[in-house]
Amino acid sequence: MTNYQLEEIPVGPYRHLVSERALRGETMLLNMGPQHPSTHGVLRLLLELDGEIIVNCIPEVGYLHTGIEKNMEAKSYIKAEVMCDRLDYMNPLGNNLAYCMAVEKLVELDVPARAQTLRVILVELQRIASHLVWLGTFGLDLAAMSMFLYCFREREDILDIFELISGQRMMTTYIRPGGLWRDVPAEFEAAVRNILKIMPPRIAEYESLLTKNPLMLDRTRNIGVLPKDTALTYGVTGPVLRASGVEWDLRKARPYSGYEQYDFEVPTSQDGDTLARYVVRIAEMRQSLSIIKQGLDKLPEGPVRSDNRKFVPPPRSELGTSMEALIHHFKLWTEGFTAPKASVYSAVESPRGELGVYLEGDGGPKPHRVFWRTPSFENLSVISTITKGHLVADLIAILASVDIVLGDIDR
Amino acid sequence: MDNRLEKLVQVLQEQAEASCTEALGEVHVLVDARHIVDVLSFLRDQHEFSLLSALTAVDYWPAEKPRFHVVYQLTSLTQNLSIQLRVPVGGSQPKVPTASGVFMCANWREREVMDMFGIQFEGHPDPRRILMPVDWEGHPLRKDYPLGYEEPQFTFNLEEIDLRKPYAKE
Repeated sequence: MTNYQLEEIPVGPYRHLVSERALRGETMLLNMGPQHPSTHGVLRLLLELDGEIIVNCIPEVGYLHTGIEKNMEAKSYIKAEVMCDRLDYMNPLGNNLAYCMAVEKLVELDVPARAQTLRVILVELQRIASHLVWLGTFGLDLAAMSMFLYCFREREDILDIFELISGQRMMTTYIRPGGLWRDVPAEFEAAVRNILKIMPPRIAEYESLLTKNPLMLDRTRNIGVLPKDTALTYGVTGPVLRASGVEWDLRKARPYSGYEQYDFEVPTSQDGDTLARYVVRIAEMRQSLSIIKQGLDKLPEGPVRSDNRKFVPPPRSELGTSMEALIHHFKLWTEGFTAPKASVYSAVESPRGELGVYLEGDGGPKPHRVFWRTPSFENLSVISTITKGHLVADLIAILASVDIVLGDIDR
Repeated sequence: MDNRLEKLVQVLQEQAEASCTEALGEVHVLVDARHIVDVLSFLRDQHEFSLLSALTAVDYWPAEKPRFHVVYQLTSLTQNLSIQLRVPVGGSQPKVPTASGVFMCANWREREVMDMFGIQFEGHPDPRRILMPVDWEGHPLRKDYPLGYEEPQFTFNLEEIDLRKPYAKE
């Protein structure tokens, strides 16, 4: 039998990141992850521990790097879109929207009103689905296992809607440059109304399980406090920033897809601790429901994709009768359309924060550079500051409250 | 262009030899590498650009002078303005002073640019690769770095390609 021995992690490569005491061997270096259920993916945290107290926390990312940016450079603008679903796999429709908005800005393409409203409804549904996964795993990490089961039950209903419209639960690629892939089916409205009906009592149910639960309050109040200035210098955005008292939501500040027509609030909190991040996200789910309701009530009739045939493929039905449509179809699905030699940066508010796309064209049919400013990347980098001096058990709570998605970080 | 941005760009042009272009509703300011840290702290301290939204690079290979542009996207939350700074960098031993002293988030984003493009950030506190493995050779997002692919095998060249396929060696 082989005699396994625990090997100590060499301090060498991390000499400049750990404290003096680690060099003298007074503190311990311990790996948490990359295979650890509460790191929400393959994240490795190198912890410097003094007993159970965290002296330093060094996140190591990259285990899920798949070269999506490089791959997108090798595909035409339309075909590159399927890559972006795989970035933040809790928010595929939001990624589609961010990418399509960048393409539309680059080639100056208009989107019909019905498509804009449907986009808003869909990304808000996606926001709720994403927050439900967060809430479930947050509960799980705090040992409230039932939360996970309840949240995934409702999330599945929302994913059923995505399957109804696009045929896929997650990797939808439903939002396309110039509009949507196709119109929603007749059952769509009833399915969304059903979500609107069941969700408010369910959110109240989640809250009755967690919000005033003394165990939960003990583990979250004043844990991992993130001051406003620290949040900004680390580039933190989204609910984490709003929980630190900065009212910054791109849907309000720079409305896109007609968000200016909706009446909703941006929930904030002044506390900046783990509990505040929980409170803000729960409030956001209620706001999203209100936005979906307003969108559904005013959903206009009309086309769902631009009729600019130089960029948007014609509908299938025209191919049999129109020579011109056939030529456009062939041209767009083989070579694709060309974009000017220019660059754009366009950002949307994803469930995790500012999801930005830097897209640069070189006059040809493929992007010269696609850069994804993914919110989890910046949100994770702040972990090393806010976990200092906390217990290892608190690190789990803080990490869960920041809501990272490793696909979003590693790209 | 927004009035406030126009004034700002004028100051940058006078003090940091910057040049400005405007396209598709965005303001891009070309800044020399030796001024970038000063410009960033000037924008943060005097004009409330408190969020460094994005930091990345673009490779214009085979152009050499400049081969890269390092791109800084700044956002001001109070004024709701955005400005993009671009630093041209030459192809041989590309170097830019680090911005991680001004914005903490530049630390990781610069590591990413270093990893993906091989641009060095002088004075960076933690110059390690971030996404690729530590022993990786090359910088994947450079344009002269090929995107890997598998050669299609046919009956006539099946064995020939099999020989050079990167199978596991054990």
